[in-house]
Amino acid sequence: MGVVSDFLKALKVTARIMVGTMTGSELVTTPYPDEKRVKPQRFHGRHVLNRYPDGMEKCIGCELCAGVCPADCIYVRGKENDPHNPISPGERYGYVYEINMLRCIFCGLCVEACPTEAITMTHLFEFSTTNRADAVYTREELLMDREGRVPHMFPDDPLVDLSELDTADGWVRATAPSGIAAYEGVKMWQGTPGPADWSPEPTQEEIDRRSEDG
Amino acid sequence: MTWTELGIVALRVILTFGLLLVVTIINVWAERKIVADMQSRIGPSRAGPFGVLQTVADGLKLFFKESITPRKAELGLYTLAPFLAVIPAFLIFMMVPWGAPVTVGDEVVPLQGADLNIGLLFILAMSSMAVYAVVLAGWSSGSKYPLLGGVRATAQAISYEAAMGLAMVSVVVFTATQGDGGTLSLSEIVARQGGNWGDVAPIFSIVPRWNLVPQLVAFVIFLVAIVAETNRAPFDLVEAEQELVGGYHTEYSGMRFAMFFLAEYINIFSMSAIAATLFLGGWNGPTFDGALPGLVSAALPTVWFLLKTYVIVFIFFWLRATLPRLRYDQLMTLGWKGLIPAALAWIALSAVIFGFRQFGPPWS
Ligand code: SF4
Ligand code: SF4
Repeated sequence: MGVVSDFLKALKVTARIMVGTMTGSELVTTPYPDEKRVKPQRFHGRHVLNRYPDGMEKCIGCELCAGVCPADCIYVRGKENDPHNPISPGERYGYVYEINMLRCIFCGLCVEACPTEAITMTHLFEFSTTNRADAVYTREELLMDREGRVPHMFPDDPLVDLSELDTADGWVRATAPSGIAAYEGVKMWQGTPGPADWSPEPTQEEIDRRSEDG
Repeated sequence: MTWTELGIVALRVILTFGLLLVVTIINVWAERKIVADMQSRIGPSRAGPFGVLQTVADGLKLFFKESITPRKAELGLYTLAPFLAVIPAFLIFMMVPWGAPVTVGDEVVPLQGADLNIGLLFILAMSSMAVYAVVLAGWSSGSKYPLLGGVRATAQAISYEAAMGLAMVSVVVFTATQGDGGTLSLSEIVARQGGNWGDVAPIFSIVPRWNLVPQLVAFVIFLVAIVAETNRAPFDLVEAEQELVGGYHTEYSGMRFAMFFLAEYINIFSMSAIAATLFLGGWNGPTFDGALPGLVSAALPTVWFLLKTYVIVFIFFWLRATLPRLRYDQLMTLGWKGLIPAALAWIALSAVIFGFRQFGPPWS
């Protein structure tokens, strides 16, 4: 009769959770567009191409991101900088830069591969489109302007919270490199014209304490 | 047949049909909501109050979607299969009395689509017909997963239909002892469940005269068999999403898919209704005649019927949220080594017991 008692036990579990959900104590999801959850600091959202504080583009058109992308969704073509009027501090700059968001798996490998921190990710993930062509983000849509504002395809979309784009290169700026313990709490990359001044990532102890407090 | 009679018959059918459609729309929503609650989710909440209109929204969406036909499909059968699923589903419910007969003028109108004197046989026949829909859909799609789903459906339906039919037989055997001769008509079976068990022992006069009491074993067997018969979890091997994509309806889309979906939910409701009718006394229940306004009293039997049916419908949803799918051999073992022998033994036992009670021992 072990089967029967196990069966009844299982039914009891689901019944208990049903009552709990109805009274709210077991409910774990939120009614999404009305109530958005706080995203983790290193959330992988849509990409952005950053600039230096002086307005120079960070991307040097090296194509490393395109090479590393497992989904093969980045297309870069570098172009020689005009020596008298350079667009990036390097020899070349990203002349064509496209990411196909339909193929991207948001793994973040492009961010890791980039030698100049030119490509980073934001917190925005509401960018569904009604046709495939719109899902290919071009340089115009990815590159932040000189004030550090990131353009968005559908600024009028009621779901889109444009302030999520302000997180632009935040985490890269404020994260210790390679997770080396000695860099904990040290503010690294900074001073790009992003709209926010980022404090360094919290130390491991702080994170532990926060999760204990719930 | 006069025009009035014809009108009444038409009205009965339309009412039954309408009731079935409305409860099916509500059931689809109810299942999503209940399963969501059991999984700590919110469930549909945006279309209409509490999301009740979600089914309507989904139905409209499916209606406007393209119905894709695979290149290798057998077009005729492929188109026919969804209809084969829906029509028996509707016909089964036509047999179920969903309220006490009402008197209009000098006509007594049974609230039932059609009162066949072979009601139970008809139900068994129609539920076997529904299997053809699954098998033909699977085969005619010309694709491997639907085919596997269809083959599984055949084996599963044959095994569990036997158990279901045997459970029904023991109810029929028992019902025969309750009145004037045996009957297969559902309205008669319900009528014989009115009252209470007071005549067995005075203490039992609080227990309603449902078949559930003497036929508890058959009820459990029937319950398991109808879950398998409607291909619901944990017996949903026919459409096992993880192994067979969508099973027999993998290749169906748009309106044709909607018909399979509709048929599944209609079947859940009508099978639950049959269980309520056979074991839980159907529409029998206190009507408080005189104490309540006449119209309320007249509507109460339907309320009782729906209440009893929904208890069983809820069990369907509860099982779906609780149990993992059975393995194929477990399914067959349960059917052939568990349910069918149990059902056979129970028929023999109840036939002997009730035969004794009715006719006395053979040696007297
Ligand atoms: S996040 Fe991953 S998949 Fe997306 S573009 Fe970068 S490397 Fe490619
Ligand atoms: S984004 Fe970075 S990795 Fe990609 S081409 Fe530009 S500099 Fe190179």
